[in-house]
Amino acid sequence: MIAELGLVALWLAGALAGLQLIAGSLGLTARGGTLAGVVRPVAVVQGLLCCLSFVALIVLFCETDLSVKLVAMNSHSAKPFIYKFAGTWGNHEGSMLLWVTVMSLAGGFVALVERRLPERTMLATLAGQAFVSLGFYAFLLFSSNPFERSSPVPDEGQGLNPLLQDIGLAFHPPTLYFGYVGLSIAFSFAIGALVTREVGPAFARAMRPWVLGAWIFLTLGITAGSYWAYYELGWGGWWFWDPVENASLMPWLAATALLHSVSVLAARNALRAWTVMLGVVAFSMSMIGTFLVRSGILTSVHAFAVDPERGSFILVLLAINIGGALTLFGLRAASVSEGERFAPVSREGALVFNNVALSAILGIVLFGTLYPLLAEAMGAKVSVGPPYFNPVGAIFAVPMLLVMAVGPLLRWRRDAFARVRAIVVVPALLVLLVAALLAFRSGIGALPFIGLSLAGGLALASLLPLRGRNLRRTPLPVWGMVTAHLGIAVALFGMASDSAFSIEKLVAARPGETVSVGPWRIVFDRIEPVAGPNWTALEARMKARYDGGAAVEIHPQARYFWTPPQQTSESALVTRWNGQLYAVVGEDAGDGRWQLRLWWKPFVTMIWFGGIMIALGGLLAMIGRVASDLRRIVARGKIAYRRGRQGR
Amino acid sequence: MSDPAPEAAEVKPRRWTLWLPLALFAGFVALVLIGLMRPADREVASAMIGKPLPEFALRPAFPGRPGLSRADFVTGGKPRLLNIFASWCIPCAVEAPQLAQLAKQGVQIDGIAIRDRSEDVSAFLARNGNPFVRIGADDVSAVQLAIGSSGVPETFVIDGKGVIRYQHIGDIRAGDVPTILRKLAEAQ
Amino acid sequence: MAVLTRFSSEREGGPSPNAVAEGYRPLDRGTPFQGGIDLRWTRAVAFFAIVAGLWFAAAAAAQDTLPPAPYAYRQLDDPVLEAKAQGLMETLRCLKCQSQSIADSDAPMAGDMRSQVRQRIAAGEEPEAIRAWLVERYGDYVSYAPRVTQLTWPLFAAPLFLLALAALLLRRRFGKSGGSAK
Repeated sequence: MIAELGLVALWLAGALAGLQLIAGSLGLTARGGTLAGVVRPVAVVQGLLCCLSFVALIVLFCETDLSVKLVAMNSHSAKPFIYKFAGTWGNHEGSMLLWVTVMSLAGGFVALVERRLPERTMLATLAGQAFVSLGFYAFLLFSSNPFERSSPVPDEGQGLNPLLQDIGLAFHPPTLYFGYVGLSIAFSFAIGALVTREVGPAFARAMRPWVLGAWIFLTLGITAGSYWAYYELGWGGWWFWDPVENASLMPWLAATALLHSVSVLAARNALRAWTVMLGVVAFSMSMIGTFLVRSGILTSVHAFAVDPERGSFILVLLAINIGGALTLFGLRAASVSEGERFAPVSREGALVFNNVALSAILGIVLFGTLYPLLAEAMGAKVSVGPPYFNPVGAIFAVPMLLVMAVGPLLRWRRDAFARVRAIVVVPALLVLLVAALLAFRSGIGALPFIGLSLAGGLALASLLPLRGRNLRRTPLPVWGMVTAHLGIAVALFGMASDSAFSIEKLVAARPGETVSVGPWRIVFDRIEPVAGPNWTALEARMKARYDGGAAVEIHPQARYFWTPPQQTSESALVTRWNGQLYAVVGEDAGDGRWQLRLWWKPFVTMIWFGGIMIALGGLLAMIGRVASDLRRIVARGKIAYRRGRQGR
Repeated sequence: MSDPAPEAAEVKPRRWTLWLPLALFAGFVALVLIGLMRPADREVASAMIGKPLPEFALRPAFPGRPGLSRADFVTGGKPRLLNIFASWCIPCAVEAPQLAQLAKQGVQIDGIAIRDRSEDVSAFLARNGNPFVRIGADDVSAVQLAIGSSGVPETFVIDGKGVIRYQHIGDIRAGDVPTILRKLAEAQ
Repeated sequence: MAVLTRFSSEREGGPSPNAVAEGYRPLDRGTPFQGGIDLRWTRAVAFFAIVAGLWFAAAAAAQDTLPPAPYAYRQLDDPVLEAKAQGLMETLRCLKCQSQSIADSDAPMAGDMRSQVRQRIAAGEEPEAIRAWLVERYGDYVSYAPRVTQLTWPLFAAPLFLLALAALLLRRRFGKSGGSAK
């Protein structure tokens, strides 16, 4: 019953998307006046219906309704409730439904609240959103139906991948999806603007909060995913340039460039073509990402639903959506790009440099990710990984970071470097100082050295825009910028510190032995078997002391699930302000000994703390902008009211 | 007042910059289409085809057969098959009838057991038949790495001079037997 | 257990990562598994097996029983040599995994490769020589550090090309009348 309800709601939502497209497109023509009024309500109802469909799927999973094939394949009655709930999106069909739901909800929300855009652009935007949604509705309804019934009804579900039975991974997809799919709004805005040729500060001010919102979620999603991989996979790695990881990074790079570009457009009516292009590119990267992950053409540990047939369907969607948008761009962009002028050394100039650098990094990541495919087409197999991406990315990232330090200090339109040179000298000296100190330490690689040297200077430079301001009256967006840039410096420090200063110890220890790693002394007490709701484990009991301090109990586990049969490693972490102790228990090494893996990772948590700071910066900026917009609306309302009363 | 740097005009972008993204996207689609149309090839082939076998000497994997070394391939001058297998590998059991068939046709087959205890090897051979003339025990995949094999089962055609001539990845099916025979003949 | 080790995807989906870790070899591509299993369930099982990640040489059903190689989980005594070995291991690909370095994998073959690397480094070999030895055996696939060859030169040309493109874009925007870009 519920499944059928969900399916019907989905069909209705799809039909409404079609109506939205038709009404929106016709509303743009001269005679479409009445139809235009229908578009906003239709978008809202579409969002609600799709949401209803997704809720239906959630209910099915929570009840473990095994008559639905998707539930039978991906769930199990013995699974803890929270993972039954999160299991809704832990599979291809469910995550695709989540995608469509977020898209339609975002579209509905825009239709409901967005009043700043000229009405024609709004129509074109909603029509564009509907057009893209239709493709995905079709994909869902015809090729990945989440509500398909199974017959005969099995006695028990097939369980869920134990790696997904973790709080971090349970909530990582929705965050990412709000980010990925939230960018569809920016895409639709860009399409709308190209269609109606109305690109200007009003357009940018309208688009900005949506871009910020999606970008915040994407930043959090990537940060969460990285931290999850770090503690769950048992080897302390937090980024591997794996194709699926890159698939989440590429939209983020485009969205970062976009949010900077949109600010320039809003403030100075410049960078019109860039902004529209980046709006198209950002969501295109989301779609390309979902294609790469679901089609199976690239080897990845994260890839799910490896199905070339589905991949082909998505590729067709890509070709239509992205190809169409880029064609529209080629045809129309020339006529929208008259904007204000500015000098090379200026805030806008720095942001153009930023755009170019981020686009270059995006290009490198995309090319490197696809290269194995290209090589295979030419007959050989190659692997492209961190030894390529790290240095080549750094070639573009380092100049970009240097400009990030100086850019916010430059004036709009025209400035001279001589004016800021005096201020910037301090962070520059800090960079040189740290570099000099580190030069005497051996064993630090080139990239970590550069990262460590730059981090301090960048952190200091990110605070410089606050210099000379009354801090209580500094606008929130400025605080946002400062926080986000500081977050980048902090994350960079964490990454470089982990690469440069991590210490690893592999030992085969007997109970009672002491292992030392860095400033830690760990006593290995014993191994104990423990049991959980759907797993059993061998747990190592250890006591760790930092530099002779109080003992901390740590319990890493080697866990064995039985549906499906899988072994995972649950690491034990001890977090201090200056780093993390990471402990893993491995196999029985025979002779009463057990494999233990221990790391001391100085300042590694700064990576994710920095990521959260970046997202926080975005949040501050978004709140600041929305608040000032609301204030302006209220002020205008008050003026209109007063005028109305005076007019009586 | 300092001489202002000339302001950049927000020039109309050149045509080619406007169409560049679409062109790049078209390239992407073309590449991906090729990727989708090809069968997914997850196997790693050895790069040692045409190169001589490396020097190695393995102890016997189980008491019933002698151990294996490079010398066994060089003396005698006839092409032989080298089968990499393990008792814990299920497709190895699946290909046993084909190996037996090849052995019956006079092909000399030597085996290398990867990461196996001799009891397990004996049990496996008792269950599935023993087509091997010699079986070496490779406990740490040393020889497997040295010849570029990346899993079990794999079968190599080695010619009379000890040069690797052909690699068959995966279990040998009935349909593969003629190919192997042909490769053996070519290796004469 | 059998469900995990016997499967086939409807199309040439390739082997599951689990299966590869166990040393399972792919069935003939394109041939559905003969054995009367409903194809929908076959696909379901295939999907499953693929989703079940590859980190820890999975199901106990088909796994070797010998202990790991001597230096698979043991570091070299000399920290300088160990650092060299670690640096190399992080850039060598695990052949049985979907996409992991041998430094990050518990697959037995990855352990064997780690042991070889450590033993060779301890014996005085240079990391690049060991990499070259492995590339000679498995091709460029085994190394995450691409070399400049006939097949990989675009990878290295790409950043140069992008740099040139960036410079061109920035210059056209700023540089015509002689203004400096910084």
